[in-house]
Amino acid sequence: MKGLVPIAAAVALLAAVPLVTQSNVVLNFLVMTFLIALAGQGWNLLGGYGGQYSFGHAAFFGTGAYVTAIAQMHYGINAWVGFFIGVAAGALVGAVIGLLSFRSGLRGSYFALVTLAFAEVLRIIASVAPITGAGVGTLIKLDLRPEAFQFQSRVPFYWIALGLVAVSLIIVRIIEDSRFGAHLVAVRENEDAASALGVNPTMVKLAAMTVSAAITAAAGCFYAQYFLFIDASIAYGPWVSIEALLAPIVGGVGTVFGPLLGALVVRTLGEVTKLMTGDAPGLDLVIYGSVLVVVVAFAPRGIAGVITMLRQGFAARPIPERGHD
Amino acid sequence: MLSPVILIPAILNGLMTGAVYALIALGLTLIYGVLHIINFAHGALLTAAMFAAFFAHRLLGLDPYVAAVLLTPLFYGLGYGLQRFVIGPAAHGEDRSILLVTLGLAVVIENALLYAFRADTRTINLPYAFNTVEIGNAFIAVPRVIAFAVVIVVALALWLIMRWTDSGKAIRAVAKEKLGAELSGINVAHIYAMTFGLGTACLAIAACLLLPTYYVNPSAGNAFVLIAFTIVVLGGMGSVVGALVGGLFVGVVESLCGLFLGETLGQIGIFLMFILVLLFRPTGLFGARA
Repeated sequence: MKGLVPIAAAVALLAAVPLVTQSNVVLNFLVMTFLIALAGQGWNLLGGYGGQYSFGHAAFFGTGAYVTAIAQMHYGINAWVGFFIGVAAGALVGAVIGLLSFRSGLRGSYFALVTLAFAEVLRIIASVAPITGAGVGTLIKLDLRPEAFQFQSRVPFYWIALGLVAVSLIIVRIIEDSRFGAHLVAVRENEDAASALGVNPTMVKLAAMTVSAAITAAAGCFYAQYFLFIDASIAYGPWVSIEALLAPIVGGVGTVFGPLLGALVVRTLGEVTKLMTGDAPGLDLVIYGSVLVVVVAFAPRGIAGVITMLRQGFAARPIPERGHD
Repeated sequence: MLSPVILIPAILNGLMTGAVYALIALGLTLIYGVLHIINFAHGALLTAAMFAAFFAHRLLGLDPYVAAVLLTPLFYGLGYGLQRFVIGPAAHGEDRSILLVTLGLAVVIENALLYAFRADTRTINLPYAFNTVEIGNAFIAVPRVIAFAVVIVVALALWLIMRWTDSGKAIRAVAKEKLGAELSGINVAHIYAMTFGLGTACLAIAACLLLPTYYVNPSAGNAFVLIAFTIVVLGGMGSVVGALVGGLFVGVVESLCGLFLGETLGQIGIFLMFILVLLFRPTGLFGARA
């Protein structure tokens, strides 16, 4: 398990941040970055390793957020238990959407379309259904006790968010080394060939989508607990789907650290934009969209790909041609 | 409830709205039929065209129907440029990358409009917007009748271009057999860009037809593009006839759903129809080529 050492090192480094500064601005920024990294890691498992590009990961994020909130507010369930119910609900939604679309043989653009449509359906339902608070949204009652998953200071939240990221890194790292991970990559590279070798592509993709949805749902559950308020356009909004795919693509699709690296870069860019222009609506997303196009055009393997290329360059090896991508 | 006095106007209105849907779907299906990509920037480009038509009226005093003459070639050029100089080179010909590039463009265009014009909803006032024509026992707004007629003319013109001009023949050749077309000396990058341009030009016309009766804000195009996706999937990806028939059909269904179920539920109805068709008949109800 040598792959776990870099994870431990990165997490230890980040865990030390609150010992250096307790600034709300810094911690808040990093918590949001971790959330995007977590949601992005979910996307990365399905999109990066499995090659199935979802445009609707908001479906899982939002389900996690709403289920956590509703479990507490309507059923009086403890917030920690609610968190896990939210993750399970997200996984279930992922399994159902996956089952429907993979059984129908949807791939490529069609898969992107159907995931987008499901996220939109859920958004519309959440904006009219009484149990979600419809247009008003759902508030989680303030109850600043650790038992209720609420804290006076941001530091515990910071460590929990980091802990979730760490778990997601480990899960993906373990999958990468497993037989299942090999099957997943085989399906990405050539579904028919994988199937000829005895891999069941539908089952592999379905399993990947379920775990992927669970990871992204965890980000949603945490979001609800951290801000104590959600509405349909926050929880199921297109911004979630876009940031969840942007982070791994910028960082490097199909790499363990891609989503975290990408989330750091993307969020930093967003903050710098805000600092330079004031809080102008839309401008951060203009930057995100441009970054997406530029990365796809000039660095299809993201930051991770660029690092690999530079290393090989420094080792005075010939840089391999970019081949057929 | 089912008396013809209510039903016939609803159906006629649905057909008129459906015609504009069909035009938007036509652009989408044209691009899919030739480039084999789903253009996720279609909605954002429609919004851009609506803003263009709005400001042509506000700043230049141009009637939307006059502006269409100006905006159609302009958006043809915009679409051509986007495909030739942005989407094509950026995507390295890989399907997944094309998806991401069009998504990225959609995000950029939509939010640039949001940044420039804020979320305000804008409308224009035209003296004839509320005039009606009597068809049978139904009163239909004049702009809707004009829209219907224009869409028929545009569809015919497009069919003639495809059928009889050299460019049209080249587009069809590329759609059928890209490699063969390239070997016969057809410049595929040029044809791709032309097709994208034609698809975008359809949006400019649709925007000008919508504006007299519709509003514009930075996300106005999204409502239409989802319907257009539904129509294209319903009619079969790449099928022009499918887009036209599907457009009219969805227009009528929407109008009747609105009558019986109310607006929000009608919207969900379209989404559900979309998902069901996508799941169970991804090649479309008209059985066009997959």
